[in-house]
Amino acid sequence: MSAVLQQTNTGLDIDRIRRDFPILTQPVRGGRPLVYLDNAATTQKPRQMIDRIVRYYTEENANVHRGVHYLSETATDSYEKARTTVKRFINARDEKEIVFTRGTTEGINLVAQSWGRKNIGAGDEIVITAIEHHSNIVPWQMLCEEKGSRLLIVPVNDEGEVILEEFEKLLSPRTKIVSFGHASNALGTINPIRKMIALAKAAGAVTLIDGAQGVPHLHVDVRDLDCDFYAFSAHKVYGPTGTGVLYGKESILDAMPPWQGGGDMILSVSFEKTTYNALPYKFEAGTPNIEGVIGLAAALDYVSAIGIDTIAAHEQDLLHYATKRMLEIDGLRIIGTAAEKASVISFVLEGVHPHDIGTILDEQGIAIRTGHHCAQPLMLRFNVPATGRASFAMYNTRDEADALVDGLHKVIEVFR
Amino acid sequence: MSDLRELYQQVILDHNKNPRNFHELPNATKSVDGYNPLCGDHYKIYVEVEGDTIKDIGFTGNGCAISKASASVMSSSLKGKSTAEAHQLFDVFHKLVTGEPGSLSTAELGRLAAFSGVSEFPARVKCATLAWHTLNSALEGDKETVSTE
Repeated sequence: MSAVLQQTNTGLDIDRIRRDFPILTQPVRGGRPLVYLDNAATTQKPRQMIDRIVRYYTEENANVHRGVHYLSETATDSYEKARTTVKRFINARDEKEIVFTRGTTEGINLVAQSWGRKNIGAGDEIVITAIEHHSNIVPWQMLCEEKGSRLLIVPVNDEGEVILEEFEKLLSPRTKIVSFGHASNALGTINPIRKMIALAKAAGAVTLIDGAQGVPHLHVDVRDLDCDFYAFSAHKVYGPTGTGVLYGKESILDAMPPWQGGGDMILSVSFEKTTYNALPYKFEAGTPNIEGVIGLAAALDYVSAIGIDTIAAHEQDLLHYATKRMLEIDGLRIIGTAAEKASVISFVLEGVHPHDIGTILDEQGIAIRTGHHCAQPLMLRFNVPATGRASFAMYNTRDEADALVDGLHKVIEVFR
Repeated sequence: MSDLRELYQQVILDHNKNPRNFHELPNATKSVDGYNPLCGDHYKIYVEVEGDTIKDIGFTGNGCAISKASASVMSSSLKGKSTAEAHQLFDVFHKLVTGEPGSLSTAELGRLAAFSGVSEFPARVKCATLAWHTLNSALEGDKETVSTE
């Protein structure tokens, strides 16, 4: 794949960016260039992020918040500086509002188990949408089962867009929390979250945004959005796996009971009484994923240096180009045709199961995701058992979109 | 592309397009659901067993070409066979798709030989064996659903 001279009209130096991602130069499947289009599952990592983690283990490794010695101070300093980086990146008010988690899933579970168990009772209602990832469905189902509360689902139209009028109809004084994705991992739909948050607040509900697919593609300003919680994962925004962030408004986090007990989340422990630590440590029991958090900060610094708006413009260019080219293929149908989409293209090919498409593309070095994308109810809504999904990141090129189209023609050839 | 041709042999493409015994069995003595939660494949296998003999097999559901062709070939290979023969053939088939030595010759394998290419694609072994695992469970009669995970 020649990425040379691919200076795009969106102002991104794609050649330079591709050089920052070592894995992209690695040939796969018998010497083929890797065409990585599975970015909604996880993104590849820039050298700057990898190097930062190596430096942490080479020069700074110690446990945080514990020791008086030099290394512990250094590690703690790096860890807490990362919190400041995250705070700035999403424009939170205070570091106290940034809780490090294992990922988006853990963030949502934390809210369901801590805030939810305290504030939700029998007959109360929780509202989510029909395009949620399983991680924003199951934690609420578990809570509903325990509390006798109800889970209400906002339907989507045939384009895969949330129907706002239906959303409004579901809101009532019984609505305790509204939780929905910033963008859909399965279809790419970008939800009108500002409007949805305002509507939910007007109904007196708390709001949680699953930002796993938001932070990598969209400018996020939690104060401007005025959401109560915003959860995201490091690995989907060029950081390491096993690390995530739960943003929560200080007043709400403060009133929540701790979730997991252990070290670091306490001020003092005796067998008679334990006093919990202040925010955000109250929610960070045990030794955290220090390298992950430091790596996340390096990834966010990398994104900031390029500029999320520049990245978004490039991804939108790829989305539109690839969509146009894919629709030229006979028998190909795109699932999810919302007016506002992140760079995700979910598709089906007449007569060929997505799993077979995935294998045949893989033989050509092209990585896409196939399956239900952890959104089985959504597959049911569109009456498909599964889809193929190509998702683009900042380092992808129009050449790679062409390679995907050529690959899909080979799929058709095999199945002809 | 040569490995791909090995995987998607004509027999597989044919059985995928025109699956045999692709229907419910009104006289089924047992039916079991088989799922591959990773890719969403789902089949229901129906068997009519009389004494020790598999009188009839049918299946419904959907999934990839490998899983559907496998269910189709399995159903036509096992009709009229004894349950012991079915277990034996599953063992042979499993060795074939995982690339373990000890399988029968191509002639002895018959239509099952079309799945020899699967062993080059470890990610697809579960697709090829889903129907067989499900049938196995139907014959053992111990479960209502089977999952590959």
